[in-house]
Amino acid sequence: MIDRSAAPSALNSIPALLARNATEFSTSPAYREKEYGIWQSWTWAEAAEEIESLALGFLNLGVNEGDYIAVIGRNRPNLYWSMVAAQMCGAIPVPLYQDANAEEMAYVLGHCGARFVVVADQEQVDKVIEVQEQLHQFEHMIYLDPRGLRKYDHSRLHEYSHIQAQGRAADDEFRPVLEKRRAALDLDSTCVMLYTSGTTGKPKGVVLSNRNIIVTSQHSSEFDHLKLGDEVLAYLPMAWVGDFIFSIGQAMWTGFCVNCPESPDTMMADLCEIGPSYYFAPPRIFETQLTSVMIRMEDAGKFKKGLFDYFMALARKVGPDLLDGKPVSLWDRLKYKLGEFCIYGPLKNTLGFSKVRVGYTAGEAIGPEIFDFYRSLGINLKQLYGQTEASVFIAQQPDGEVRSDTVGVPSPGVEIRLEDNGEIYYRSAGTFVEYYKNPESTADTKDAEGWVATGDAGFFEEGTGHLRIIDRAKDVGKMADGKLFAPKYVENKLKFYPNILEAVVFGSGRDRCAAFINIDLTAVGNWAERNNIAYASYQELAQHPDVYKTIQTHIEEVNKSIAEDSMLSGCQIHRFLILHKELDADDGEMTRTRKVRRKIVEEKFHDLITALYDGSERVQTTTEVTYEDGRKGSISANLELRDVAVVTPQQKMAAE
Amino acid sequence: MNDMSQDGYVTEDGRQIGGVMMEMKNITLKFGGVVAIEDISFDIREGEIRAIIGPNGAGKSSMLNVISGFYHPQEGEVWFHGTERPAMKPYEVARQGVARTFQNIALFEGMTVLDNVMTGRLTHMKSGLLSQAIWWGKALQEEVKNREVVEKVIDFLEIQSIRKTPVGRLPYGLKKRVELARALAAEPKLLLLDEPMAGMNVEEKEDMSRFILDVNDEFGTTIALIEHDMGVVMDLSDRVVVMDYGKKIGDGTPDEVRNNQDVIDAYLGVAH
Repeated sequence: MIDRSAAPSALNSIPALLARNATEFSTSPAYREKEYGIWQSWTWAEAAEEIESLALGFLNLGVNEGDYIAVIGRNRPNLYWSMVAAQMCGAIPVPLYQDANAEEMAYVLGHCGARFVVVADQEQVDKVIEVQEQLHQFEHMIYLDPRGLRKYDHSRLHEYSHIQAQGRAADDEFRPVLEKRRAALDLDSTCVMLYTSGTTGKPKGVVLSNRNIIVTSQHSSEFDHLKLGDEVLAYLPMAWVGDFIFSIGQAMWTGFCVNCPESPDTMMADLCEIGPSYYFAPPRIFETQLTSVMIRMEDAGKFKKGLFDYFMALARKVGPDLLDGKPVSLWDRLKYKLGEFCIYGPLKNTLGFSKVRVGYTAGEAIGPEIFDFYRSLGINLKQLYGQTEASVFIAQQPDGEVRSDTVGVPSPGVEIRLEDNGEIYYRSAGTFVEYYKNPESTADTKDAEGWVATGDAGFFEEGTGHLRIIDRAKDVGKMADGKLFAPKYVENKLKFYPNILEAVVFGSGRDRCAAFINIDLTAVGNWAERNNIAYASYQELAQHPDVYKTIQTHIEEVNKSIAEDSMLSGCQIHRFLILHKELDADDGEMTRTRKVRRKIVEEKFHDLITALYDGSERVQTTTEVTYEDGRKGSISANLELRDVAVVTPQQKMAAE
Repeated sequence: MNDMSQDGYVTEDGRQIGGVMMEMKNITLKFGGVVAIEDISFDIREGEIRAIIGPNGAGKSSMLNVISGFYHPQEGEVWFHGTERPAMKPYEVARQGVARTFQNIALFEGMTVLDNVMTGRLTHMKSGLLSQAIWWGKALQEEVKNREVVEKVIDFLEIQSIRKTPVGRLPYGLKKRVELARALAAEPKLLLLDEPMAGMNVEEKEDMSRFILDVNDEFGTTIALIEHDMGVVMDLSDRVVVMDYGKKIGDGTPDEVRNNQDVIDAYLGVAH
């Protein structure tokens, strides 16, 4: 038997990091999972034992170097272990989105040619069995939760714990092989393959090396001073690069503890129990939490509500400054302390943010009110910009320089270059190796010098050097006078108003911008109810003069804020209308993930666009709609068009 | 049913069904002059899912109440595990390993889901009043052991997220599931379900069907259920008893019952 302490000394692979953690941090918690109502925990030494047994079991099952092992399921320690065990055997883990349907899974499993699949439960087993005929390389499936699987044909199906037991039994036989495979890993061997979600075309397999993951984890951990003893809640999809970096890369590098919720539904309660010190969430989650707080405060008693309003106003005024270390008067500091005791502390505790030292949001633009709400409570919420091909980090906000409208400065070790059209290129140690079996796409995205095109357009803010993202590069156009036209930038600003559900801005190649607006039926309906405005349909409410007035004010505010950006001042909206129907995926106007299909909207509503530019007061239109059952119908409406005040940059200068 | 040996049979999906667990022999139940059940005999075998169906007022719930020991029939015998069961109190029947859910949900509305499910363990608690009161020794051990069983049931029925929620705040479909959880917590040998799908939408019915099948499959629990949704009954059950006006008019596999003329008449209606 080979001495276990003879682990590779250089930290050049995830298994090497694990070996270090198992000796140096042997008694620190590495993983926790809530099961049967209790947090079960594994130390680094215990986790290492579990992972090694599984790796030995894999070898026993015939895993070869370079094999692909797919992992499907929600965040569970055992599935994280299976990824590391795969690496130990020289195989490459491929985590998949657990909510993907069988067909999508068939594509990815077929594309990477996975010989082995590790799944969480019966649901995933069924999906794989459904498509296994199409998968020529597929051999064995390993499942975690045996429930409902007793009567399945077990010739190719194995229970996770059995594989581990077989591994332990075959320790003598396979330990030398395992040591050899583990020692062969270096910075250039593949660490993981992640499939991009593929909003356009088929998903692409992004190959990330140990260098990509380890160097990125090191840099980002140092950037935010992540350390042993930090806690993180792993609840975002395992197939997403962020989760791989946070729950495997950074966790292995620093030795912090990864906590897995009991089930997706208990996420919020588990968050509160764990109180993570390092937290990541997309804007949507912050928004949901804020809404639920606000709704509950509406139902609170007068005294409590008054207290909440008073201290929240104070927090909005001084909270962000305190967090950024800017000067705040002593009196305000005292009041903020009192607020911390009465309101902020308990509120943060309820939300599960009491201990958050570093919080990140990314993925899409976050509304300034939402962002400021959390910042004002003293939660160090920051933004980052990244993508799978970069091993997440391209730009991020340093402590003390946080704002809602930038994504921060280039991450450590990342170079950023801007093309003339504003497209962002980057180069770093985290830059991906290649797209698997897709040299053309690799060449399209990454040039010989290692620069990768993000497809996003942005610019560096003068003075601060912060990067600001404006839109997808292909959507950024020029207006008739040559000014930059960035529709999504404006649309996002509009969508931050709760009353506005969707906005589509036009103006490419024209002399001024105009917009379609979709109102949010819930928000506006609520408002109508409170103001005794009767309406029979979405269409009727949308055309109500008061609704138009409200939307007009929102747009004018947005115009004001756009005018402050000299580069984008041309994107102010001159005229708008509120659409008589909601843009809908069934009608092809949006994708299933609720992104507007600009081309189709332009074709379908060309009469309305013409009207926006020819100065008419009203327009009569008929639109075809598809009902959920596939039948078609049509609705006609008489829509009002309105002019909006715009701010010319010169006027703004004069006003200052 | 004559082709069935005493040792049981194998179902279409390959499950082995055991010998007779409970046998009803010539049961007659009267309320004053009203005859609710008239001379009915049938058996329930180890590991099977047995359905009792019939139009409104056919006497199905009364039959279930006879099985659970709530009603005592004037005539006939109830045989359980090969011995004749004397007239028992319902809690005595429960101790023998029979648990049930109710047509109208009967949970403690003000208590949390966890506490409600814990009440299902009542028949397994044996520590004395003193020990319970000072919360030490046997009572504590028992609580831990029972909580473990309860947590496994909670995990099984996927109700972790409402563990600490008062039952009164839950929607109807979830209350039904909590009731099933309480019955399962008793670790019954025979589980009686009185209209488990009543008032549910299609999705909730699918969930409940899956849970019923899983309970049967995972714990080997024998299940007797009353249900109105014919699709559900025909899909779930191994054998079906059909009742009408207190009489048994059919008994057999779902296919046999479906083609039984008396059953068709009872459901579609003929001149009586």
